[in-house]
Amino acid sequence: MCKDCGCSIQDHDHTHQEGHSALHSNPQLNDAKTVEVITKILAKNAHEAGHNRAHFDAHKVLAINLMSAPGSGKTALLEKMAESGAFTFGVIEGDLETSLDAERIRAKGIPAFQIQTGSACHLDAFMVHKGLHEMPLDDLEVCFIENVGNLVCPASYDVGAHLNIVLVSVPEGSDKIEKYPVMFAKADLILITKTDLLPYFEYDIDHEKAQARRIKPNVDILAFSTKDEQSIQNVISWIKFKKSMRS
Amino acid sequence: MHEYSIVQALLEQCESHAQEYKATRITRVILKIGKLSGVEPYLLQSAFDAFKEGGICREALLQMELQNLVLHCEACGEDSEQSEICYQCKQCQSTQVRAVDGEEMFLMRLEME
Repeated sequence: MCKDCGCSIQDHDHTHQEGHSALHSNPQLNDAKTVEVITKILAKNAHEAGHNRAHFDAHKVLAINLMSAPGSGKTALLEKMAESGAFTFGVIEGDLETSLDAERIRAKGIPAFQIQTGSACHLDAFMVHKGLHEMPLDDLEVCFIENVGNLVCPASYDVGAHLNIVLVSVPEGSDKIEKYPVMFAKADLILITKTDLLPYFEYDIDHEKAQARRIKPNVDILAFSTKDEQSIQNVISWIKFKKSMRS
Repeated sequence: MHEYSIVQALLEQCESHAQEYKATRITRVILKIGKLSGVEPYLLQSAFDAFKEGGICREALLQMELQNLVLHCEACGEDSEQSEICYQCKQCQSTQVRAVDGEEMFLMRLEME
């Protein structure tokens, strides 16, 4: 049971493959033995992630994990969501150092909790658990988890969100989706950001969309620019639609 | 470089299995690494070698089996193994699929004494 919130979720997220040991009767080993153990290496994280999700569910909060390289515009997206006032939300921020992102979000009147990961290149479900107890969940419709800027490591860790949005910006160049397929395969929505810069870069947006759909044919893809009001509205509509599908 | 955190979780599991079976040392650790687990086997190997010192796995060999993505199609009911990263049923081209293997890392077997 969770000490902090009293949630009684325990052994969920177990696949049929887990927890079966070949030697049930006599665990005493006299000789060399091969033992079938078959457990997820990140089983503890997966368990905690399931717990986080149940916690969000209990408060009817949609949790969205934002992932991208550093500087793709995760915090800028959140600032625009705040300015729109379209839905209530809080933010759990992950960065190696500083509280700069949380301060940017709080400056917009949005509750934000900063996790400093030190040298860790990703958020895990345990870190997010700490953050979610700092969120006024009863007052929120959506909780964003702004992951550490990194297109590799965060993909391996379920943090307990319901949906993943992966951002990639025009100046990063049009080969990122092919180069980081594991990350983009995790996306429910890919946001191609900073599209106001398209006139200045050799960036083939149709090629990027095709690459993304080669990996995941049914992935949603939107273009986004902080200077294009319609593109902001499109993201809001996507989030509101997903929220309405879970209420 | 999240391979270090993964190895720490792995070594904890090895210690607790060794305790359960009253083993004094683990000689081989066999993993299944999904191609979409986001882990680089070479880096996992070097992290394992660095962290195993002084623990139950100090003399253990790490053996990794790479697992392709396997999809179950909700439309036609078939399971298909994907040689490339593509979330679409090979039999009927439906995208109503869910991954049943190849996205996770599993500790499969331990040899111990």
